[in-house]
Amino acid sequence: MDNLGTLTGIRDALGAKAASSVEIVRDCIRRIDTARHVNAFITVCEEDALGHAARADAAIARDGMRGLLGVPIAHKDIFCTDGVRTTCASRMLENFVSPYDATVVARLRAAGAVMVGKTNMDEFAMGSTNETSFFGPVANPWDVGRVPGGSSGGSAAALAAGLVPAATGTDTGGSIRQPAAFCGVSGLKPTYGRVSRFGMVAFASSLDQGGPMARSAADLRLLLHHMEGHDPRDSTSADEAPTPHAPQRTMNVGIPREYWADLGEDVARPLEEAVESLRRLGHRCHEVSLPHTAFAVPVYYVVASAEASTNLSRYDGVRYGHRAGEPADLDDLYRRSRSEGFGIEVKRRILTGTYTLSVGYYDAYYGQAQRVRRLIRQDFLDAFGQVDVLLTPATPTPAPALGALTGGVDPTVMYKQDVYTVPASLAGLPALSIPCGFADGLPVGLQLIGPHFAEDRLLALGEAFQRETDWHLRTPTVPEAA
Amino acid sequence: MARWESVIGLEVHVQLNTASKIFSGAGTAFGEPPNTQACTVDLALPGVLPVLNGEVVRKAVLFGLAVDGEIAETCRFDRKNYFYPDLPKGYQISQLDEPIVRGGHVMVDTDDGPRQIDLTRAHLEEDAGKSLHEDYAGLTGIDLNRAGTPLLEVVSEPQLTNPREAAAYFRAMHALVRYLGICDGDLSQGSMRCDANVSVRRPGAPLGERTEIKNLNSFRFLEKALVFEIDRQIDVLESGGSVDRETLLYDAERDETRPMRGKELSDDYRYFPDPDLLPVVVTQELLAEVRATLPELPDAKRERYERTLGLDARDARWLAADPDRAAYFEAAVDAGGQPKAAANWIMGDVAAALNRDGRPPSMIPVPAEQLAKLIVRTLDETVSGKIAKSLFEMLWSSGEGDVDDLIAEHGLKQVSDDDSLTELVTNIVAANPAQAAQYRAGQAKLLGYFVGQVMKATSGKANPRKVNELLREHLRAE
Repeated sequence: MDNLGTLTGIRDALGAKAASSVEIVRDCIRRIDTARHVNAFITVCEEDALGHAARADAAIARDGMRGLLGVPIAHKDIFCTDGVRTTCASRMLENFVSPYDATVVARLRAAGAVMVGKTNMDEFAMGSTNETSFFGPVANPWDVGRVPGGSSGGSAAALAAGLVPAATGTDTGGSIRQPAAFCGVSGLKPTYGRVSRFGMVAFASSLDQGGPMARSAADLRLLLHHMEGHDPRDSTSADEAPTPHAPQRTMNVGIPREYWADLGEDVARPLEEAVESLRRLGHRCHEVSLPHTAFAVPVYYVVASAEASTNLSRYDGVRYGHRAGEPADLDDLYRRSRSEGFGIEVKRRILTGTYTLSVGYYDAYYGQAQRVRRLIRQDFLDAFGQVDVLLTPATPTPAPALGALTGGVDPTVMYKQDVYTVPASLAGLPALSIPCGFADGLPVGLQLIGPHFAEDRLLALGEAFQRETDWHLRTPTVPEAA
Repeated sequence: MARWESVIGLEVHVQLNTASKIFSGAGTAFGEPPNTQACTVDLALPGVLPVLNGEVVRKAVLFGLAVDGEIAETCRFDRKNYFYPDLPKGYQISQLDEPIVRGGHVMVDTDDGPRQIDLTRAHLEEDAGKSLHEDYAGLTGIDLNRAGTPLLEVVSEPQLTNPREAAAYFRAMHALVRYLGICDGDLSQGSMRCDANVSVRRPGAPLGERTEIKNLNSFRFLEKALVFEIDRQIDVLESGGSVDRETLLYDAERDETRPMRGKELSDDYRYFPDPDLLPVVVTQELLAEVRATLPELPDAKRERYERTLGLDARDARWLAADPDRAAYFEAAVDAGGQPKAAANWIMGDVAAALNRDGRPPSMIPVPAEQLAKLIVRTLDETVSGKIAKSLFEMLWSSGEGDVDDLIAEHGLKQVSDDDSLTELVTNIVAANPAQAAQYRAGQAKLLGYFVGQVMKATSGKANPRKVNELLREHLRAE
């Protein structure tokens, strides 16, 4: 397939009337069909999208271009969409149709974006490979024998394969940043509270954050602008205005040594070259320390599983979602609806979380995890006393092969994939993942972490890097579906 | 010395009367068709989030101020996890470690006079929905109208010593929340429910094992359930057994308690702070604002009725115990009714008529101004006490009318005029010479016979004081 182009490019083409929304949306739908073996989408809304595109074209002709009018976008299937099913990639919600739009969906709709479909993901966002989806794994467009990462793997793969120019994702412990790195695209996890969680199916409430995924930092900036902002329906939504970026010609970039200790040579090389590029741009890069980094993965899995175990209690077969047939009694209804509706990884986390919240274990697990979480957060606050941003690898390795981390493999091997992304999640910090090179033909991503509400700074640095490099513009050759 | 003593603590669930729910914008009207007062948040659809209703906090703060409790500067909400079909999220949002109010106390009327009962805490939580087992053959219906209704759970110290005292405490709490206007107090609609913890012990012995009786929704059932349960525990202990810590339900029809079965019970609720909600901050400004709205409370009213209105202690307490009764009393006094007379009317004829018609004190059909006028017209002898009672009945049954108009219309004005009464008395004494002679011979009670004759002749309108005076004079004179 030829290159679809960037979000900003498409917006400008629509504004210049060089292309119509109907043409672009039709092209996206054709691309999705051609790449259906990538399995990036759970639901494609062709008819709705084309209708919406035609109305967008009429509006552009009448009043000119505004916002994201007519621009195609894909939503991760964790965002509730009024009238279009929202499955969370689970059998539990296989046929669930939400009667309302998530705030993020409503805001992007109001900005004129055209939803072309809902992307595949790990079931209830629990997974790092996109293999826990009830709707089957997603292939990595760079090598269809490899995983795209997770949990926002469908969105990342759709962008990498050039199916859509923009997508939403959600990130609880790296679910935007890690698949962006594996697929060679750009993704931003905003500061916790910057983007409303209303209508985003909850996994771990104190960590979940929706964010933009696209082909460049500039595209992320544009998308974020139409997603963010205080939402009275989300009590944890921030009402403080984001800190505007004071233009900094040069920044102090911290390189946390704990993030490089176990990095393979193949991933380390492109990252070191990226550091050199930033130095050439005049930024000062020096080593810093985040001493509690090693605890982040266990803390994350305790906190996230605990919250998930109660967030998912509502899926009980009573009001909506999968309901076991012919229940003998109430217990049987609960037991079978949940046993049949949830996949193995979701069950594992519900059980883990239930255990860690139990009387007698709470202090040792959940209580202790929250205490260590504060130490991890303090590490970052201390570091930001010395540096403007932190630069780290996004993942320890490039995309692994399908099946390499699942099946009979110890699940903690998969959990350790999140080692570089969970610390910022636990601290609620914004973090950007952008491509910085390749290892054996597979994309490698770098992560920039900033202080709370300093997205602007991260994006500015990302944009500067992407003006100097073209890693983000590389696209794979995806074999067409048979 | 009593061989056993009982120790009782109550948890009273007060439904706060906010227009919308504690964490959603859905309405809270009672008696609406099932599931019409429930929105996406109450249904716990995927992706929805709770948002705290600020009115709920204000009402809880008002309560905390009224009981002189300590109001937390910050408090938080926790999730209490258990599965039940009328609990849509699979957890109830409640407050475990950080309640909005700690401590405080209320005054309770006991058989031995007023007694202070201390409160442990009062915390906010959401109510569950209802399971309807009767209406659907073989199936259970779920009505989520009540799900998310704000509750203030008020926990007392275990200081109540007997069932009567426990019921009196529940009544005092009922009066208080209605005074504060934070609950409609309608027990029949479940607006207040109570759980009772009870144990028995030998005097001086350490506390015995306790049981908890759930969901008592009337003062009488609370008292009866406790009487039954205390007797049961004593029987168990006296026959050499031991009391198990368990949760019981009271069956009013059989007048007995029995162990509760069902899924609303769990060994471990896995409480943890709800990450969807921020800590609640009660600012000094909010405290001051709410404090300014504190109404006069029952104790203060009682004292004022005694000191400035001259009522005796018992009457003052009775009037102050109910906010509607107290408001009616005060309105009658404000309209010129003499306080003692107004109190007597309300405790007598008004209470009897309410009782007869099964009405609450909020639905007295006679305007307080008319009662005041009735009192004035009785005291100035425009009408007799007896006529006043029939005027009251007229006002009550018609629900309208003016005392003076009714007196004029029905010719009920008391005959106090000396000349006409003297003439009548003279004639009646003259017409009954035998009785007059007996009276003069010492049969003083025959005076009543003559009074009756005069009253009959005047259709009851003669001023009885005057009639007595004149009769004595005339009977003596001859």
